[in-house]
Amino acid sequence: MSQSAASTRRLSPMTPASDAGQAPAIEARLRLSRPGFALDVNLKLPGQGISVLLGPSGCGKTTVLRCLAGLEQAQGSVSVAGQAWQDDERRWHLPTHRRPLGMVFQEASLFAHLSVQDNLLYGFRRIPLAQRRIQPDQAIALLGIGHLMDRSSAGLSGGERQRVAIARALLTSPDLLLMDEPLSALDAARKAEVLPYLASLSDSGVPIVYVTHSLDEAARLADHLVLLREGRVEMAGAADEVMARPDCPLARFDDACAILHATVVEREPEPGLSRLRLGCINGGGDGQSGAELWVGGCTGAIGERVRVRVLARDVSVALSQPVDSSILNILPATVDALHDEDAASVMLRLTLSDGSALLARLTRRSVVGLSLRPGLAVHAQIKGAALLRG
Amino acid sequence: MNPADWQALKLTAQLAGLTTVLLLLVGTPIAWWLAHTRSRLKGVVGAVVALPLVLPPTVIGFYLLLLLGPHGAVGKAMQSLGLGLLPFTFAGLVVASVLHSMPFVVQPLQQAFEAIGSRPLEVAATLRASPWDRFLSVALPLARPGFLTAAVLGFAHTVGEFGVVLMIGGNIPGRTQVLSVALYGHVEAQEWALAHWLAGGMVAFGFGVMWLLYALNGRGGRALRGLSGTPT
Repeated sequence: MSQSAASTRRLSPMTPASDAGQAPAIEARLRLSRPGFALDVNLKLPGQGISVLLGPSGCGKTTVLRCLAGLEQAQGSVSVAGQAWQDDERRWHLPTHRRPLGMVFQEASLFAHLSVQDNLLYGFRRIPLAQRRIQPDQAIALLGIGHLMDRSSAGLSGGERQRVAIARALLTSPDLLLMDEPLSALDAARKAEVLPYLASLSDSGVPIVYVTHSLDEAARLADHLVLLREGRVEMAGAADEVMARPDCPLARFDDACAILHATVVEREPEPGLSRLRLGCINGGGDGQSGAELWVGGCTGAIGERVRVRVLARDVSVALSQPVDSSILNILPATVDALHDEDAASVMLRLTLSDGSALLARLTRRSVVGLSLRPGLAVHAQIKGAALLRG
Repeated sequence: MNPADWQALKLTAQLAGLTTVLLLLVGTPIAWWLAHTRSRLKGVVGAVVALPLVLPPTVIGFYLLLLLGPHGAVGKAMQSLGLGLLPFTFAGLVVASVLHSMPFVVQPLQQAFEAIGSRPLEVAATLRASPWDRFLSVALPLARPGFLTAAVLGFAHTVGEFGVVLMIGGNIPGRTQVLSVALYGHVEAQEWALAHWLAGGMVAFGFGVMWLLYALNGRGGRALRGLSGTPT
């Protein structure tokens, strides 16, 4: 298998089957009762991008994933791309091997008795020729594993094994890709190695349901976010909207954050800063608002869309435009909502001129001192912004 | 070695070979079931399979003789079907050997299947492999060291059996006289030279087999872990 020169990192025209209009959705109603654990969820996930199921261990997120795969059975129904995988009313339960899905497990489960190449092609060889939308060369290029083909699967590092496992799942040209904490068995360096490949998967056209307990992974990857707790859905919606809700359970974390979508408009070669123009995905982001952000470490080309994370603790508020501040990013904003956290701190949501939202964690003393209230025009001082994708 | 001994050697090899093949065919589904079932019957079936490990072979031979004999349930059924009786025939020896050597085949297979675990099979299912496909393309190759151990132990244990053979097969040269029984005959007749050839030969065979097994499993035993991924 040679790495074709023509194959690119993006697998653009891969889903001709369902490109006619709106993307098909994933729907699941699942109920399950076991000693000490009850699951009752009703999920509606978009048919594109990465949907992250986020929650603490024991919340049922892996069980949901295994029910979607048919590896475990709960009561209810599962339908993907208009196809019923499970429907208890019709007594219908498609066995796992008949479901057009790919699954990546927590530990890289390569078959020890097969070479890397045979592992990679295990599923590909088992689907009909007409269903092979993704070719080996494409998957190998997307996951960057061309140099591993001649190695034995036992000789790979954890990150390499996981990349092979992801490519192997992709090569079944699935209607849905399920990922069960694929990074949790890797150390920080291996995580950093695999994450960019995961982010690029969202461009592959295959919808992904991704299970994790890591807020960091969710912030980096999620397009759609579902918070699970004790077997129930706590909150669900577009990732940037859910994360920017001050009443969201995630806002209680020390690393509570908001996600901003932006376009690279200028790159300063010397200090390594790039100028980004903010724009919500939903709001179109044509840039008429003019809200701009300087960030470092951006390798994206001009015009490329990127994702930026701003931690709530890195945002402060001023009533008038500070003129002699060391802070580079000071944006006009409106106080949108306040949420009491504890006796000392308050979480604010600020709306920027382009419609995107920021979280700001302030002391109660500051909120009272500045008389902050919904509707008030302020200046948001952003001390740090981290580039997540792009 | 006299011509009767050579005949006994040939018969022993035939008996052990046939028993091993039958045991792999019968023992694999039993071992698979024991490795994967959550049934309450698992303990009972496991104990029955393991019985020959703790019972004197003569006990098994005794009950088999009753069961297969002209007044036993199986014996009556065989006769009414016109198939004849099993005791004191080669076929009877094969049936007895299969039962007697069962744990030596089922237990290594069960351990191998349990060591693989359910994860590789789940992975294969998400890669479109049907249950049979999963068994053939994943479980069998991963359990190969277990099959090797099972086959060698099943063969060697059948070669080494004495009590069951004597009870169910008797000592008919060319039909049921195997090496262990022939050796007993030589000792009773005080034919020490002939006895030494057989006894020494079996010690050498036993050592060779066990040495081969340890050497092979030492090298290939890693595959017992099932997957190359190491869960944390």
